Amino acid sequence: MITESFAEGNSWIHGIDPRLRVLWASVFAVVVAVSYAFSALFIALSLSLIMALSARLDFQAVVRRLLAPVIFLILLWAVLPWSYEGDALTAWGPVIITRQGVTLCAQITLKTVSLMVAFMALVATMTVDTLGHTLNRLRLPDKMVHMILITYRYLFVIEQEYQRLVRAMKIRNFQPKTNLHSYRTYAYLVGMLFVRASERARRVHCAMICRGFNGRFVSLRVFPPQSRNYLFSLVFTLFLALLVTLEWVK
Amino acid sequence: MHISEGVLSGPVLVAGAAVALAGTAAGLKKLELDRVAQAGMLSAAFFVASLIHVPVGPSSVHLILNGIVGLLLGWAAFPAILTALLLQAMMFQYGGITTLGVNTVIMALPAVVCYHLFGPFVLKPSRVAVPAAFACGAGSVLMGAVLAGVSLMFTEGSFLEVAGLVVTAHLPVMVIEGVVTVFCVAFLKKVKPEMLPGYDAAVLQRTKN
Repeated sequence: MITESFAEGNSWIHGIDPRLRVLWASVFAVVVAVSYAFSALFIALSLSLIMALSARLDFQAVVRRLLAPVIFLILLWAVLPWSYEGDALTAWGPVIITRQGVTLCAQITLKTVSLMVAFMALVATMTVDTLGHTLNRLRLPDKMVHMILITYRYLFVIEQEYQRLVRAMKIRNFQPKTNLHSYRTYAYLVGMLFVRASERARRVHCAMICRGFNGRFVSLRVFPPQSRNYLFSLVFTLFLALLVTLEWVK
Repeated sequence: MHISEGVLSGPVLVAGAAVALAGTAAGLKKLELDRVAQAGMLSAAFFVASLIHVPVGPSSVHLILNGIVGLLLGWAAFPAILTALLLQAMMFQYGGITTLGVNTVIMALPAVVCYHLFGPFVLKPSRVAVPAAFACGAGSVLMGAVLAGVSLMFTEGSFLEVAGLVVTAHLPVMVIEGVVTVFCVAFLKKVKPEMLPGYDAAVLQRTKN
């Protein structure tokens, strides 16, 4: 099942204006992505963790989400320390572990974790429909917002259709194996998903036309002003100033 | 085929974002208003289909299907894949803000290239259509893996080994995607050929004969 694990909640982060959250998360992501100083990276990591704590994210869910990139990070740690040219840190027999290699791995690990946790705390704490309305206010083209919201609206419908098709396959005793028959069956399953999606899109388009669709996205969502918006922006600006100082001002 | 956050260097991220922006702008521009629902719906189907795991020996891989998305949407594959990636970031936190551009390019650029290279042939007789569909499916994964490898290499010269591993790991996926694309195109040809590119031209030729 597809779920939005972090979207529901009533922490004070959930209550901050989504536009600010998207904006600050983007600025934070850009700054951290190009930072290399360890002092800055550790501050970034602590800021992400503080935000995750104050958003009261489910700890286990956060760890589970980190697993996929961690596999890539393990790959990096397995390859880079010995393949990177540089000063020797230690040598295990013929294998030389370089200081630069280890440093690079550590930098990447810190960045990956802090960027992902910050994203979970700030952006994944809103539902995709809120994100759509938010991006509309942030001047994303109407067509793009329409696409995001239609995709979100029908994602779950198509997933159910997929589950139905899979159940039908199981009843016919389909057992996936590494053979042409299995691949053909999966290909037909995918084809059927696309065909049904296309048919449904035709009907949905007709329904949209009936309701006066002319390409303009009319957002009725209101984002009420709150004092915590200013507080959040202030604290975030201070933290970002600290990050920039640590990284670029010697 | 995601590159996770924090790995790539600033210039690579900026380049990826720029290409993704240009591609998406072109895709949105070419996307007529009465195809918006189609593109959104196919993006949702692409999202769901990429959750399908097919067995390979004792392990399994998930389908990518950017080749088919390219065939079905053409230039609109850019906004469609961007949307799917955005939703994956929101729901599974695969990728994030800074890598959205690069990851979109990795999947959507091969889709558009394959659409132009192989799209005109998929409705031809099967001795032409089958190799074309296979090349479309396999080629779009190969190009994606190469793009991912290149972005790693431009980040750091010593990522050569890792980049090599990324491309090698995708070789079996390529074959599977090629086979699945062949069958999927054959299926669409029977069930709903108007979804495939070049349908109008094919019908026109048939009525002429």
